[in-house]
Amino acid sequence: MLDMDYSPLLLSLKVAAISTFFVFVAGVFIAYLLAKRDFFGKSILEALFLLPLVLPPTVVGFGLLILFGKKGWIGSWLLEWFDFQIVFTWIGAVIASIVVSFPLMYQSAAAAFESLDERLSNAARTMGASEWRVFWSVVFPLAWPGLLAGLVLSFARGLGEFGATLMLVGYIPGKTDTIPMAIYFAVESGQMEKATFWVVIIITFGFSLILWVNWWSKRNIRRFTKS
Amino acid sequence: MKRFSFFTLFISLTVLLVGCSDTNETEKSGAVDREKPEAELLISAAASLTDVLEELKGPFEEAHEGITVTYNFGSSGKLATTIENGAPSDVFLSASSKDMNDMEDKELLVKESRKDFTENALVLITHKDSNRTISSFEDIDPAALDHLAVGEPESVPVGRYTKETLESLDLWESLQEKLVLGSDVRQVLTHVEMGNADYGVVYSSDAFITDDVKVLAEANAVWHEPIVYPGAVFAESKHQDAAQQFLDYLTGEEGKETLQKFGFK
Repeated sequence: MLDMDYSPLLLSLKVAAISTFFVFVAGVFIAYLLAKRDFFGKSILEALFLLPLVLPPTVVGFGLLILFGKKGWIGSWLLEWFDFQIVFTWIGAVIASIVVSFPLMYQSAAAAFESLDERLSNAARTMGASEWRVFWSVVFPLAWPGLLAGLVLSFARGLGEFGATLMLVGYIPGKTDTIPMAIYFAVESGQMEKATFWVVIIITFGFSLILWVNWWSKRNIRRFTKS
Repeated sequence: MKRFSFFTLFISLTVLLVGCSDTNETEKSGAVDREKPEAELLISAAASLTDVLEELKGPFEEAHEGITVTYNFGSSGKLATTIENGAPSDVFLSASSKDMNDMEDKELLVKESRKDFTENALVLITHKDSNRTISSFEDIDPAALDHLAVGEPESVPVGRYTKETLESLDLWESLQEKLVLGSDVRQVLTHVEMGNADYGVVYSSDAFITDDVKVLAEANAVWHEPIVYPGAVFAESKHQDAAQQFLDYLTGEEGKETLQKFGFK
């Protein structure tokens, strides 16, 4: 077991971390922009954001191939102008991961912002705080438990992403073999020991993550209610 | 006026057609009601057989009243794993003797039923719009390509044959960085069809069913183990007679013709 190739672990962590970073920034920004605002077509826009959550991975993968394939709409353009290829690279895995985990982040952030007491932000504004300051000193800290939940969910989802990734980036040992990919091919080829190893790793990881978030949010609620 | 009459014609034709198909269906379902299907065969088959078997399904069911056929397609390696782990199945149609031998060693098969029913060849393909012009496997230049799509060699038979071929040409090692491994032969085909991989190695029968790829070369049969397709009935099957009938049909005249029609040998 010790002579195992650990590259899937590192790759999975890298892909999930980078994807979570983009998803977090974009999710928080867009959710804040749309929260407490009502305009024509908002529900359609939100439905569009959440769509990857309900679509089968094969549909997401197909869509990504159409967009980012070498002959795809964006893919052919990237290739021509920047000689840059997304299919069959780990960056493709990041993109697949972003698409499937964005809905989770957006949903959590939107809920967190919606439930904030508008009077607190307004109080800050009456004291002359800029919108930037209001966001960082009032809104963000108050919404943080919700945002953290979204962050962790997105990371876990990114770590587990498989279907769309397999379709977009294929399986290239050492380059695009994330843990779910390694498990799939180990099972297919009957290497049950290898599969079990990665299954145990990913279950342990996911379990500790959820345990930690629950513990953290409980402690936080207690702190808020005490003060 | 002209348009009106055309429209009327269209409508009446549609009504006519719908009417016809309706009566057909009621007749069919009536027949099914009278004679309940005796056997529902579940056939686990190599992904490369997808189109042939779909084509054979209708005629076979028509010729064998009471037997219905359901397919489970996948790489032969994956199918072998799921079956060994207890997934129910009546017939196994594999793209490699190796997976079939494993099954036989574990005594999962009805030994006498095993029969090789067709052969295939390995071809090098590229996208139809590609301007790549090499004409032999020996001409593959690892430095001149970004991605070569092949089957995953441990679980996908076409991948194992490809590995053997490229190893006998001393290319396997130098191509390591460029290989994209597909989970079955059809995924390898898709990688090339969509123009994402420069080359791919699939069975000649797979290249046969699509217009989006062109065949550059066929592998010399001495470079790899013979690509034979063995089929067998499972010892656990509850419908062994029906399963045997399906195998007989596949190895019979009609099966052979259809296989040839789809590029098998």
